Order: sequence, then C-alpha cells, then structure tokens
Amino acid sequence: MTGGSDEWWEGNAAVQVPAQVEYEKATSVEHALTLLTRYGPESRILAGGHSLIPMMKLRLAQPEMLIDINGLTELCYITLAGNQLRIGALTRHAQLLDSAVVGQYFAILHDAERVIADPIVRNWGTVGGSLCQADPSEDLSAAFAALKGTMVIQGPGGAREVAAREFHTGPYQTVVRPAEILIEVRLPIRAGGGSSYRKVARRAGDWPVGAVGAAVWLERDVVADVGIGLTALGARNFAAAEAEDYLRGRPATADNLDRAGQIAAENCRPVADQRGPADYKRHLARVLTARVLSEALSRAGG
Amino acid sequence: MKLTVTVNGTDHTREVEPRLLLIHFLRDGLGLTGSHWGCDTSNCGACVVWLDETPVKSCTVLAAMADGHRVRTVEGLADGGRLDPVQEGFTQCHGLQCGFCTPGMMLTARWLLDHNPSPSEAEVREAISGQICRCTGYENIVRSVLWASRNGG
Repeated sequence: MTGGSDEWWEGNAAVQVPAQVEYEKATSVEHALTLLTRYGPESRILAGGHSLIPMMKLRLAQPEMLIDINGLTELCYITLAGNQLRIGALTRHAQLLDSAVVGQYFAILHDAERVIADPIVRNWGTVGGSLCQADPSEDLSAAFAALKGTMVIQGPGGAREVAAREFHTGPYQTVVRPAEILIEVRLPIRAGGGSSYRKVARRAGDWPVGAVGAAVWLERDVVADVGIGLTALGARNFAAAEAEDYLRGRPATADNLDRAGQIAAENCRPVADQRGPADYKRHLARVLTARVLSEALSRAGG
Repeated sequence: MKLTVTVNGTDHTREVEPRLLLIHFLRDGLGLTGSHWGCDTSNCGACVVWLDETPVKSCTVLAAMADGHRVRTVEGLADGGRLDPVQEGFTQCHGLQCGFCTPGMMLTARWLLDHNPSPSEAEVREAISGQICRCTGYENIVRSVLWASRNGG
C-alpha cells in the first residue's frame, strides 16, 4: 500500500493478499535466467499470474522473489515454421483463440480455448503459465498431449526439447528445472488430420469434471495415426496411449471409436472429488473419447 | 518499489509493496473507488479494468505489473461531462440494480464494442460471461450493451 501499509493490512484481517515478496522485471530471456540463477529455487516466474497470484493469496505458494516476464514480447507469438506451428510461452489464451492459423490447423485448440476460464481471464492468462502450473485438470495439457507437441525449455546452457507427454512429472510438477524457463510449444502439422476437444464442466468457465481431446489422421478409411488427450481424469501423461494403440491401423468405424473410448476409460484413474464420483468421471472418459474421435474424423473429411 | 502507472491519462507515481494488488492500488492508493473489489478470486469480475488495451481482473494482477503501463477505470469512461454510450445504455435500459458489477460490466462492454460494434445478443453474453451480477440482472445488462451498440457504439 502507499505509505502506512502495515496499519491498512492489520485493519483488514479478512483481506486475501500475498505474503511479502520481492519483485523484479526481466528484460530478456537471458536476464530472466540470470535472475532465476541468482535467486534460486525460492524465485518464481510471473507470467499472467492467474494461477500463481491466487495460490500466493492462499499461501499455497510462497515464493520469495517474483521474476515478471510480461515485458518479454519476444515470447508472445504464433508462427508457422516449416511443418510446425510454434507458440511462444507468453502467448495469451485469447491470442490462441483469436488466431486464424491455429483454427485452420488445430481446431482442438479453439475448442479448448472457448471453454478455458472466461474471456477476461483468457486475456491475461498465458499458454506457458498454464502448462507450468501443471494443474492435473488443465485443458491445454491434454490438447498438446493429443497433438504430440514438443516443449522448448531454455536454461543457462541453452535450449532443450521435451515431448509434451514427458513435460509433466506429476500434479503441479514439470521437468522444468529451477533455473529454466519454458519458452515455446511446437506442434507438428501433418496433412489429412482433424481434431476436436470436448469438456464437461459444472458451469460456464469452471474447471472440467472431465475433458478429452483427439487428433486423427486417416488413410482411406483406416486410422493412420491418432492422439488422444484427457484431463481431470487421472490419465497418465494426460494421454490415452492404450486407446491410441488399439485404434491405429483399424477402420474408423463407430464400433471401433466406442471401443477406444472404453479402453481410455479402463486405463485412466479418476479420483472422486467435489466435481463428481470416480465412476461418473470414467463414464465421461469413455463417452467423450468416442465423441471427440468422431468429431475429429468428420473434420478430417472422414 | 517505486512505480508509475498512467491511470485514465494521468501519471501516478507511488512507492508500493510488490505484493500490492492492482485493485487495492486503484481504490486505496489513488482513491478511485469506482472499481469494485468482489470475490478476490478472479471469478466475479467486479474489479475489471483495462490494462493497456485489454480488460483484466485487477484482483489477480499486481500493481507492479502495471508499472509503465496504462490503466483505464470506470472513472475514465465518460468524456468530460459526456457519458460514454455504454453508460448511456445502462441508464436507458435499467442496466444496474445495486450497481456493484456495473463498472466492470461497462468496461468489458466498451472493449467489446470497440472490437465488434454490432455484436449479437449471444456475443454480448459471451463477452460478459466472466462477470457476475449478484442481482441477476443480466437481461437488462445485455439490453444496455445492445442499446449502446445501436446508439453511437
């Protein structure tokens, strides 16, 4: 607060405010890495802050130093590079939703973005922030798993690439090390594909009870390749690898899509919580998987 | 830390704690109490202001993040004594009851009409879908925005 801050907070005991924290603006990726190295594991990157700041209010996160990267416009882009779409980590959710090139190649991402939080939150929340927050119910994690994307992580010694399915190591945990930053997501563009994402939530803008995304490539009427991503459903690596293995090489019939849904449901481990019981979530995994596969196929012209 | 934020066209330089939220900077630091502090969890949208050209929920943005940037609040909506068409619309169509959500609703409506001067009713509803009217007066809020779109944008 301006001036006598302590008295103001003490008079407002019910106020949710973050604990004391230091703050510095990064002026480049290199500068951010220097700051991360200098301040160590108690420092955190601050992007949109729409997960981190609420967690700081609740003391679920208590970093000692915030390194604000919102000025790093060089991390804010969506570009085509050869047969890849590259998304800068600081790209806002709203920019992903507004991007015509994203919609052209990856309908799944527009489907997902339409149901991520609300338009105002999407204005400021970032793609990279959502991934690094690593919430087990996060939507883009499933979409990028379905698309078999690659994450580019920058550290003091240079950049490294990690498959989307190897990015998360558990709830709220990723392979990004304390002195590293996620800088980009790369998505392979392959002809003949279609994709889709569906989410069941209790109300508009809410976290999913369950959500599934799929990308499918056809050769004649046979599934040449397929990616299936699940979120909030306890799927390993946000993916349904067993269902993909079943479907690959099989005709894209309704029966086979239903069977893939069953396999996805059998291989995920949803937990009961305030959003619903485990068997209901398993039901969602089955039904949503079949639906997104069907919609992805219709978009692939299949 | 020392920061400078341009609020409704005026530069304000203050010494603040880095943890200070933008909503508290505006209300308690600058006395701009038009922006309301509601749920404090980025759900209700009562605290919506523009950060540069974009509506944001200012309970989930640090004042420090606005350093060197422009902020537009409801106090900056009217042009001198002339109400913005959105404000006029809320007046004409009974767009507020208790008024708590109104500043945030109007700032989102202003942004919508700047980008989409003739929105459909569905587009208006989508635009305000991250904001809660505790009086449940959504019908008239939507009518107010549509009125503004027909009467000078």
